[in-house]
Amino acid sequence: MSAAPISRRLWRAFHQLGSPPYVYRLAGSVSPWLGVTSCVLLAVGAFWGLVLAPPDYLQGDSFRIIYIHVPSAYLSMGGYVLMAVAAAIGYIWRMKLAHGVAVCVAPLGAWFTALALVTGGIWGKPTWGTYWEWGDARLMFELLLLFLYIGYMVLRMSFDDREKADRVSALLAVVGVVNVPIIHYSVEWWTTLHQGPTLIREGGPSITMDMLIPLLIMLAGFSLFFGWLLCKRLQGEILRRESRTRWVRNLAAEAAA
Amino acid sequence: MLDVVLHILRRDLRLAFRRWSELATPLIFFVIIASLFPLAATPDEAQLRSIGAAVIWMSALLSSLLALDGLFRADTEDGSMEQLILAPAPLGLVVLGKIVAHWAVSGVPLLVLAPLVAMSFYLPLAALPELIAALALATPTLSVLAAIGAALTVSLRAGGTIIGLLILPLTGPVLIFGTRATELAALGESVAGPLYLLASLAVLAVSLGPPITAAAVRTALE
Repeated sequence: MSAAPISRRLWRAFHQLGSPPYVYRLAGSVSPWLGVTSCVLLAVGAFWGLVLAPPDYLQGDSFRIIYIHVPSAYLSMGGYVLMAVAAAIGYIWRMKLAHGVAVCVAPLGAWFTALALVTGGIWGKPTWGTYWEWGDARLMFELLLLFLYIGYMVLRMSFDDREKADRVSALLAVVGVVNVPIIHYSVEWWTTLHQGPTLIREGGPSITMDMLIPLLIMLAGFSLFFGWLLCKRLQGEILRRESRTRWVRNLAAEAAA
Repeated sequence: MLDVVLHILRRDLRLAFRRWSELATPLIFFVIIASLFPLAATPDEAQLRSIGAAVIWMSALLSSLLALDGLFRADTEDGSMEQLILAPAPLGLVVLGKIVAHWAVSGVPLLVLAPLVAMSFYLPLAALPELIAALALATPTLSVLAAIGAALTVSLRAGGTIIGLLILPLTGPVLIFGTRATELAALGESVAGPLYLLASLAVLAVSLGPPITAAAVRTALE
């Protein structure tokens, strides 16, 4: 009996997510919460990880870059999957807002990929004795991920027509997703320099609680920070796409008044 | 079903052989790149042997990039691509026929030319069958990737310059297993592992590539 109203409500929620003014307001009301929570979590996690957590018995204090490196590497891959899923939804159901999400994720993901590569190099110098190792599969595929993000953005920019750019680049995003599992499993398939998985592995995480808790806090903080930036970008993207509609004009008129 | 593939294959091959200069360009390009490497690096025999596998695979990759811009462009410009989209045959099969034709004119000649280049880079003769097998398994994947890139950029005027950016990052696995197979063969060891992986990549690419390429062509021209 109660199933029908719930499914109807879900349908309504789904349809509302296709409505630009609704999503614009939703992003606007969620983003301050995301911003405040992420800043608190990042501050707590950074203090805990950089000051309170014990130094590593082998790497000393240099391991502490893990608190930046791991969250950005995780977001570089998670961001790509998010972009590909959003692009696929946009392509299959012709949902323009989903394309908007994919467009907003791409530069964020590219920046986190670059951050993961740079922090990895800084960490690699004291630990491996080198900033960059061409023989390491994970490093190579992370670099290729950066090129995929760039390729996606370049392909979008080369179309004049936004709708065509949306749909063609969506296919590229979906094809490129094969890279993500390769990055994830690369450390198990090719054991070269990069260490194996620490968090998601059989038998639970292989890291002490004192180091794990701040890492989890940083992961949550980075994710919410990503979400915050995404909301802000999405608002801008919606305004750009809807700039000729009445509700955006009203919004501009209100802001001017 | 097979009729569609064969028909497109026959048509594209006939067109390709009538413009044989376009056909020969990527192959000559392949040989030129490979022969410029010793000039850029060193004519030393030991060093050439150590980079030989990499030279062959990189030259193969670059020359397959060169051949792909015409894959859908000529048909799009003279309007026959739109007729093929409207045709009752599934577009995926049409695209598969075009991919096979692309492989026949760009991949297969490489299998003949690569051993010559390999020998000039002092690869042992015993390793040549494995090299040819690895290239035979890798070039279909490269052709599928080329088709995806060509389809994504078919409606762009300056498509050719972007394709490399889109496609080269995806060729990583092929390159890794291909050079691995060649290196193992040069050392006289078993190449079964990388060859199986190349074969599985080819199966994946040939089964998933045509529908994606068809979707891209349709989207680009709609």
